Amino acid sequence: MADISTARGDLKLTRITKTYGDFNAVDDLSLVIPAGSFFALLGPSGCGKTTTLRMVAGLEEPTVGSIHLGTTDITTTKPYQRPINTVFQNYALFPHLTIFENIAFGLRRRGVKDVKEAVDKVLNLVELPHLAERKPTQLSGGQQQRIALARAIVNRPALLLLDEPLGALDLKLRRQMQIELKWIQKEVGLTFVHVTHDQEEAMTMADTIAVMNEGQIEQMGSPADLYDNPETAFVANFLGQSNLIKGTITGSDGDSHVVDLFGQKISLPKNRSHAVDNSIYAGIRPEKFRISRLQTPVNGNVLTGGRIEDVSYIGVSTQYQVAMPWGQELMVFEQNDDGVAPFDKGDEVNISWEPIFTFALRGDEDATAGSEVVPEDLDEE
Amino acid sequence: MGKVKTPYLLLLPGFAFLFTFFILPIANLAQTSTQTPIAGGDTGQYEQTFRLKNYIDAFVENKEQFGRSFLYALIATALALMIAYPLAYAIAFKAGKMKNVLLVLVVAPFFTSFLLRTIAWKQILGEKGFIVPTLRSLGILSEGSTLTSTAFAVVMGMTYNFLPFMTLPLYASIDRIDPRTLEASGDLYANGFTTFRKVTLPLSMPGVVAGTLLTFIPAAGDYVNAAILGSPSTKMIGNVIESRYFKVVDYPTAAALSFTLMAAILILVTIYIRKAGTEELV
Repeated sequence: MADISTARGDLKLTRITKTYGDFNAVDDLSLVIPAGSFFALLGPSGCGKTTTLRMVAGLEEPTVGSIHLGTTDITTTKPYQRPINTVFQNYALFPHLTIFENIAFGLRRRGVKDVKEAVDKVLNLVELPHLAERKPTQLSGGQQQRIALARAIVNRPALLLLDEPLGALDLKLRRQMQIELKWIQKEVGLTFVHVTHDQEEAMTMADTIAVMNEGQIEQMGSPADLYDNPETAFVANFLGQSNLIKGTITGSDGDSHVVDLFGQKISLPKNRSHAVDNSIYAGIRPEKFRISRLQTPVNGNVLTGGRIEDVSYIGVSTQYQVAMPWGQELMVFEQNDDGVAPFDKGDEVNISWEPIFTFALRGDEDATAGSEVVPEDLDEE
Repeated sequence: MGKVKTPYLLLLPGFAFLFTFFILPIANLAQTSTQTPIAGGDTGQYEQTFRLKNYIDAFVENKEQFGRSFLYALIATALALMIAYPLAYAIAFKAGKMKNVLLVLVVAPFFTSFLLRTIAWKQILGEKGFIVPTLRSLGILSEGSTLTSTAFAVVMGMTYNFLPFMTLPLYASIDRIDPRTLEASGDLYANGFTTFRKVTLPLSMPGVVAGTLLTFIPAAGDYVNAAILGSPSTKMIGNVIESRYFKVVDYPTAAALSFTLMAAILILVTIYIRKAGTEELV
């Protein structure tokens, strides 16, 4: 058998199930994470993403299924034998050791003789060389976060796991660390697997995102793929916001379906339909909509009979709630870039959009799936 | 009345108590320790002569018991540590919902008196207990020998009696360890044993130091276990002090021995705390 500690290559999860009692935390999950990529597992609290990460780290063992790193089977390998390091939620730095010794911990365990050079180098990478002799409790949250990252990457693991690493930081620092993390990943060229419930965080950093729900992967792809062409209501609602309108495919026109939405005909590109029959939900992102007054001529897909219900001015854009004749309220984000006076509550309007921005989901889906984002208790999972 | 005075007023009852029941008796003891018998006086009649040689006499006469006290206390402390550490670890990390029940069980022995529990050990280790016949049938204990009235019984009794004092500070210390630091250690290539040596043990050092002190100090001065479970050949310094005071009525020697014991414990504890380096721990 090959030496596990030098195993390299793609991470492959094959039909993984993890059961606690009669609850499947992870349910028949298969996944390949290419070496060198920045991969995000995104999902709400309790979706199984942290459990998946812990199985990769070796802190949990799958009930069924196998995990391979390159060609090496690591399903039952002990965590300390895996060439995988983790940046823990809340960092888990060793409070009794100095920052230097925290970072040197992994190197010393592997019997590296001269740790000074490696530790200094990684301290410089995270721009905190002056803190080497401090204790973790003397550091701020952001500094601890960087040390936790340094402590992991100094070992040059085949795989770096990040478990909600930015969850404890305030918003501004989090945005800054997102950019830094992405830069560091490029710099060191390691495979990063990042677990988060923050869709913006996942989209900012990751090359590939797997959206998880109830122990399974709903959809996997690049951030743009997932956002523009979601396959399920859960993905459509969890990544950003979506307007989902009940409709029926009534005909075909070249590469497009003709769709009836409560008596109004629109066009839908066939390659963006994930419906299985004629019953669909037509999906349009709120920023793809344009609002116009009744007399203004418009192109593309048009829905008439809207009435402005609510206006929220938020600087870069104005958000409207538009009531439609069939009783649904649609969400519209208009950029404040055209100098046109905003619409007022009660205005009668039409809504239009480019047909290529339309996607379609199965008509039997729960249109609200994933839209109620529960504030996550970080310690719970 | 100024606010500055409030803390001192709050301290007053404590100071008054300590002065009356600690400082005064200590001063009295110091005075007694340098007295000599009144020439031609009755038993128990002493006069103040400031004879410091009392200390040397007392020590030389009883150095065997001194040595035994510290040896027994050391063994009992080591045994208690070996038993209490896994126990405290299990309660802190593995007990789940049973945590509080187990903690109550640890202190449950305090519901009955120290003396009664020690006498109970005499039964357990006695001829009619189950241990002696079992050991005899296994051939480990020969027919003529017993377990009571031996050093073994004394050390066992002390280990048992001081176990909660070892367990509770250890538990408090181990319970404070973030289990994620242990996971982090495993993640950073440390196996179970290395994780224990490099992370768990150093982080629980405050508990180890507190527990060993709370066990060793009273054990070194203990006389109940040696009196009930031991024999004349297992006499500890506590037994000597007790007999000097209440049987021989040799107050100066008893007082000198008490002071010597106090000083010896103080020196040992100071060295120990320095070595353990607890001030470096968070």
